[in-house]
Amino acid sequence: MSDPFLQVRDLKVHFPVRTGGVLVGQYTPLKAVDGVTFDLNPGETLGVVGESGCGKSTLGRAVLQLIGATDGFVSWLGTDLTSLNKKELIAARENLQIVFQDPLASLDPRMTAGDIIDEPLRNYRPTLTKADRRKMVEEMMERVGLLPRMINRYPHEFSGGQCQRIGIARAMILRPKLVICDEPVSALDVSIQAQVVNLLMDLQRDFGLALLFISHDLAIVRHISHRVLVLYLGKVMELADKSALYATPRHPYTQALLSAVPIPDPTKERNKDRILLTGDLPSPLNPPSGCVFRTRCPRATSVCAETAPVLESAGEGQEVACHHWRD
Amino acid sequence: MTSVLEIENLSVSFTTPDGDVEAVTDVSLSVGAGECLGLVGESGSGKSQTFMAAMGLLAENGTASGHIRLDGIDLLSADEKKLNTVRGDRIAMIFQDPMTSLTPHMKVGRQLAEVIIEHQGVDKETGRRRALDMLDRVHIPEAERRLDMYPHELSGGLRQRVMIAMALMCEPEVIIADEPTTALDVTVQAQILDLLMEVKVNLGAAIVLITHDLGVIAGLADRVAVMYAGRIVEQGSVADTFASPVHPYTQGLLACTPRLDVETEALETISGQPPNLQSLPTGCSFHPRCPHVFERCQAERPLLERTPSGQSKACFFNAAEAAE
Repeated sequence: MSDPFLQVRDLKVHFPVRTGGVLVGQYTPLKAVDGVTFDLNPGETLGVVGESGCGKSTLGRAVLQLIGATDGFVSWLGTDLTSLNKKELIAARENLQIVFQDPLASLDPRMTAGDIIDEPLRNYRPTLTKADRRKMVEEMMERVGLLPRMINRYPHEFSGGQCQRIGIARAMILRPKLVICDEPVSALDVSIQAQVVNLLMDLQRDFGLALLFISHDLAIVRHISHRVLVLYLGKVMELADKSALYATPRHPYTQALLSAVPIPDPTKERNKDRILLTGDLPSPLNPPSGCVFRTRCPRATSVCAETAPVLESAGEGQEVACHHWRD
Repeated sequence: MTSVLEIENLSVSFTTPDGDVEAVTDVSLSVGAGECLGLVGESGSGKSQTFMAAMGLLAENGTASGHIRLDGIDLLSADEKKLNTVRGDRIAMIFQDPMTSLTPHMKVGRQLAEVIIEHQGVDKETGRRRALDMLDRVHIPEAERRLDMYPHELSGGLRQRVMIAMALMCEPEVIIADEPTTALDVTVQAQILDLLMEVKVNLGAAIVLITHDLGVIAGLADRVAVMYAGRIVEQGSVADTFASPVHPYTQGLLACTPRLDVETEALETISGQPPNLQSLPTGCSFHPRCPHVFERCQAERPLLERTPSGQSKACFFNAAEAAE
């Protein structure tokens, strides 16, 4: 085992939500992320999947400490990010970058593409001359598939796919070691999605990046990830190597999720077995006792209401949090 | 099969400060009773505007030409009053975002009852009873209680069920579902798709399913039309289109969709990006992105024609000839 790269241990992010009280507010903790543990190795992609409200974006932000953790720690190259002060954190973020979902909203409309991509260089490489930086920006633009002559254009002059390329160029210009991708292709058309996914995979291979790839799209996650983390109401349901997760999903939630994804093949799509989950995601303010998934689980029994299952090994490279995964 | 809704040579254009933009060009489509027509395309391809025109819901700067006939009534030339007797009664629409398409300050029960009070002149009590029946039919649990709730009190999946219930109130002949599951999570999407399938089978309505998700089309549609830059580029049965697409754009779309059932090494891509409708390429609009492009494609626009296999495509490239 090499040096620890990224270690996340029992990470919790709870938001206080006002739920009552007239003069003195009553607050209930909303457990967006509730005890998540995983490791990420250099050059590896960990996919994080789950439905809206499962805490996957909060998890990504908490890893970068863009949202403070309530409990637990995030160890980056041996340093606990949660214990750093602001200045130290800024220094650490040189190697930690993020690409956001909404390509246009995540770019400053009053800055040119060149300025946006250049900004990390201005902040972290003050010794570089303006000409050096411009050269680096142009090279990076070319690398992500943008024409360098577009350097003086503003975000609104680009299409969604091009804006996402600007966002990726900004994240990559410092050659970071870890990039969090928060639904980077969800807002893009199918034909553009494939281009951006391929770009991210190329960049990962060339720069040896680690990616935390957050997405609700299980097909894309299958394509890009080495390992996959399945979240439900802030808790890890299953964490497994890609091949194991997609071939033999162990958790009933993973099984239901996978069976619900429509397949672009009429014969397969119409004849496949679907595990239909009833109802909706419970309110995270008032999660079910015991296993949080039990209210929608086809296999739930009385034990599920009493004790929360812990992650246990379910074979090589596969961990699952379920009392009944052997059934 | 006799078609219920027929669209003939429809064009839709919008007046903008930068000049006119044609969003839909010369589209002809038809859908029969009990049939589901899938309409696929990327954003800006004109798939939604085609049916917004059918519903008389174009934005103020939009104009449509051609014919849209519902059982002999031309919806394009009908006046507002005539349209209002048809919309919601014989042709209904399910929108993508149930939060912004339901009235936020009106209780669910009243919104549903309104449709039937307006069209069938029933009293309030009957309206409420029918609304309750309909909520039951779309499998909303505790339907009685939901009648007195506001849209914001419901989850996304339940709101979409309310939208579907509203579209079904008058048992319309045609239902247009515009990205009905795009805003939903996969597990909820699966529930809603099952419901739409049930509606198709039980009600015998004609359904138009507009979506960018090929998987959704594969599960529900009988026929597919593929749109690119405002025109239909391919049309055929679902089985044929997915098994052997004939237009290079459809082939590209299918190849670049990541699949859950197949492990792929590298995703195929369609190079470039969708064209700007204000400055469309000459000839075939897809030619700058097409892997099979040749001179003729830049000079001339291909028309939608039947292929020997019974599919239709608007493309000059002939794979068989090229192989010789």
